[in-house]
Amino acid sequence: MEKNKDNILHKYTQNEYKHGWVTDIESDTIPKGLNEDVIRMISKKKNEPQFLLDFRLKAYRYWKEMQMPSWAHLSIPEINYQDIVYYSAPKQKAGTKSMDDVDPELQKTFDRLGIPIDEQKRLAGVAVDAVMDSSSVKTTFKEKLAEKGIIFCSFSEAVQNHPDLIKEYMGTVVPYTDNYFAALNSAVFSDGSFCYIPKGVKTPMELSTYFRINAANTGQFERTLIVAEDDSYVSYLEGCTAPIRDNNQLHAAIVEIVAKNNAHVKYSTVQNWYPGDKNGKGGIYNFVTKRGMAQGNNSKISWTQVETGSAITWKYPSVILRGDNAVGEFYSVAVTNNHQQADTGTKMIHIGKNTKSTIVSKGISAGYSNNSYRGLVKITKNAENARNFSQCDSMLMGDKCGAHTFPYIETNNKTAIVEHEATTSKIGEDQIFYCNQRGINEEDAIGLIVNGYAKEVINKLPMEFAVEAQTLLQISLEGSVG
Amino acid sequence: MLKIKNLHTAIEGTEILKGIDLEVNKGEIHAIMGPNGSGKSTLASVLAGRELFEITQGEIIYEGKNLLEMNPEERAKEGIFLGFQYPVEIPGVSMMNFLKTALNEQRKHKGMEPLKSSDFLKMVREKKELVQIDSNLTNRSVNEGFSGGEKKRNEIFQMAMLNPKLSILDETDSGLDIDALRIVANGVNSLKSEDNATIVITHYQRLLNYIIPDKVHVLYEGKIVKSGDKNLAFELENKGYEWLAKEVSTE
Ligand SMILES: Nc1ncnc2c1ncn2[C@@H]1O[C@H](COP(=O)(O)OP(=O)(O)OP(=O)(O)O)[C@@H](O)[C@H]1O
Ligand SMILES: [Mg+2]
Repeated sequence: MEKNKDNILHKYTQNEYKHGWVTDIESDTIPKGLNEDVIRMISKKKNEPQFLLDFRLKAYRYWKEMQMPSWAHLSIPEINYQDIVYYSAPKQKAGTKSMDDVDPELQKTFDRLGIPIDEQKRLAGVAVDAVMDSSSVKTTFKEKLAEKGIIFCSFSEAVQNHPDLIKEYMGTVVPYTDNYFAALNSAVFSDGSFCYIPKGVKTPMELSTYFRINAANTGQFERTLIVAEDDSYVSYLEGCTAPIRDNNQLHAAIVEIVAKNNAHVKYSTVQNWYPGDKNGKGGIYNFVTKRGMAQGNNSKISWTQVETGSAITWKYPSVILRGDNAVGEFYSVAVTNNHQQADTGTKMIHIGKNTKSTIVSKGISAGYSNNSYRGLVKITKNAENARNFSQCDSMLMGDKCGAHTFPYIETNNKTAIVEHEATTSKIGEDQIFYCNQRGINEEDAIGLIVNGYAKEVINKLPMEFAVEAQTLLQISLEGSVG
Repeated sequence: MLKIKNLHTAIEGTEILKGIDLEVNKGEIHAIMGPNGSGKSTLASVLAGRELFEITQGEIIYEGKNLLEMNPEERAKEGIFLGFQYPVEIPGVSMMNFLKTALNEQRKHKGMEPLKSSDFLKMVREKKELVQIDSNLTNRSVNEGFSGGEKKRNEIFQMAMLNPKLSILDETDSGLDIDALRIVANGVNSLKSEDNATIVITHYQRLLNYIIPDKVHVLYEGKIVKSGDKNLAFELENKGYEWLAKEVSTE
């Protein structure tokens, strides 16, 4: 069976990344390189107000003085920031001026990805903002959502139509000074999604953004901003794919969430950027800053992520629990195979009283990959009765991969209770044989075992995406037991 | 149904089975007894297709086919069931999902449609009753946190669900209390038919009071050194294996 296993391993690692094709569409692309003129050009193309240009320039000047961080358990090849194109937007054919018309070529692209941007063919109960390279292609169900006062549109559109909201909230959760990639994003971000839920409103459907990188040599730098007013609720989902290319592409995004009194924001990600080929060539560098500010009393922010793609992932969705009784949650499954590297986890910063956070992280490493959990639980001085529970599990498949856990705990208040549990397991040959003996083949056995292991996290995803995530896990891993 | 001829197996260069000959026909129950480490579980694993063991000589014919050419899941789908001596825990995988997947794979192999959920649940209820397994167990993850006896009962429950042609029960009776023993035996007996066969591996004659074997074999240092009817089991219980050892060496 050793041989048989090798075959399966071969088959699946050879398996082509399903979303690796390219859309042939003319685009409006600026020359590569980064300087103040490029930033002015981006801002001008987007017809931005002065305050935004100023923000970008400040961020750029700050970034120029910074060094790329090196603390993560990653080996990141040098990135030449002058070799990247910072703006590329698909050109929509003339005559498709109306917001409801989408260039058929783009429509086809999203159809092929299974993303319903045609409201007629919609996936029941999901509104989509489809973003390709540097701009938003279409946002569905805008009118329907507007009836409830919900604003759901591309970031660029929000800049035009709701500049006050942008000015009020942008950069309040993730300031441009936060870290190297946040500064870079703040200087050159192109598009993304904006979402505003008024007081007392619960979104009647899932809101989602779908990011697609298409153009070669471009970086994708999107920003998402979600503001949930008092007593509101939103469930938000983000998905992403990119074509197969030999060179690495940079994706450096920012997501900011503001949750006011009693507001609940649930943010789910199914990340499937191109991971590179089996030898580690190509793939997306995914360096993302995601943070939520649970500023209101009784507010709640939940991050759920299923990470299977990208050559390198550097990502720590975090929650600042500022309001009293605020709740922060982080549920994550991160899969690495072949030569992928992931350093991911969360930060829970407890400031308010009776704040509570839960961290469930499930790492799965296969092939030659490296998978690290890095988490910080910080209880500040005034955070009376803070509670945290962390569970960090690692599963290894084969003996050439690595799993690492870096949990940091800082407690400055004696009433805090912080619990941390960690396990490491291996998919056992005996488990697979047990399944085989009942008639279940190796691939399905691994699917069962891995999905069983990740169930706690998968169950947190909205129904429509749980199935997709399960399949994705299985595809990413089948046959990797060595 | 099953014909094992001169089977030799080795692991890491050490020979464990040293020439096994065994024939099992439809409708029969065979018992295999023998001291610890004599190779009983090895034989069971080889029949189920565990690749850990290298087949150095011999052949196994099952239902007219060369069993050694089939992978473990094919063997399962062709009706071979192994009740494990040490059932494996699979955390997070629900017993129901596991069984349903297994059952539907086996049905697919026979060209049958997947079982409807309602039919599946009905079958689960029936079989649960047969082996008197606690409802809670089937709602949990596969064998996770089950007691030793519960794991064994769960093996019989799976056997009842999958309705195999050839069941190999590797010490399913060890670790069972007397009531459980009776229940397991009842399960085996009620599943018995003209068309299937069972190999029970056991250390204890008492199981054979409930499951009456057609033949009893003694496996000793990788060989079947004696075969007989159920009375052989009594003899073993009284005399142990020592006398056989002498018999073998004076042969
Ligand atoms: N994976 C393995 N690696 C090395 N040796 C093994 C392995 N599996 C079995 N053996 C050896 O093969 C021999 C037969 O083992 P086996 O488990 O078949 O015995 P058994 O008759 O089932 O014993 P018991 O009554 O204790 O269950 C033993 O000496 C055992 O140590
Ligand atoms: Mg044994």
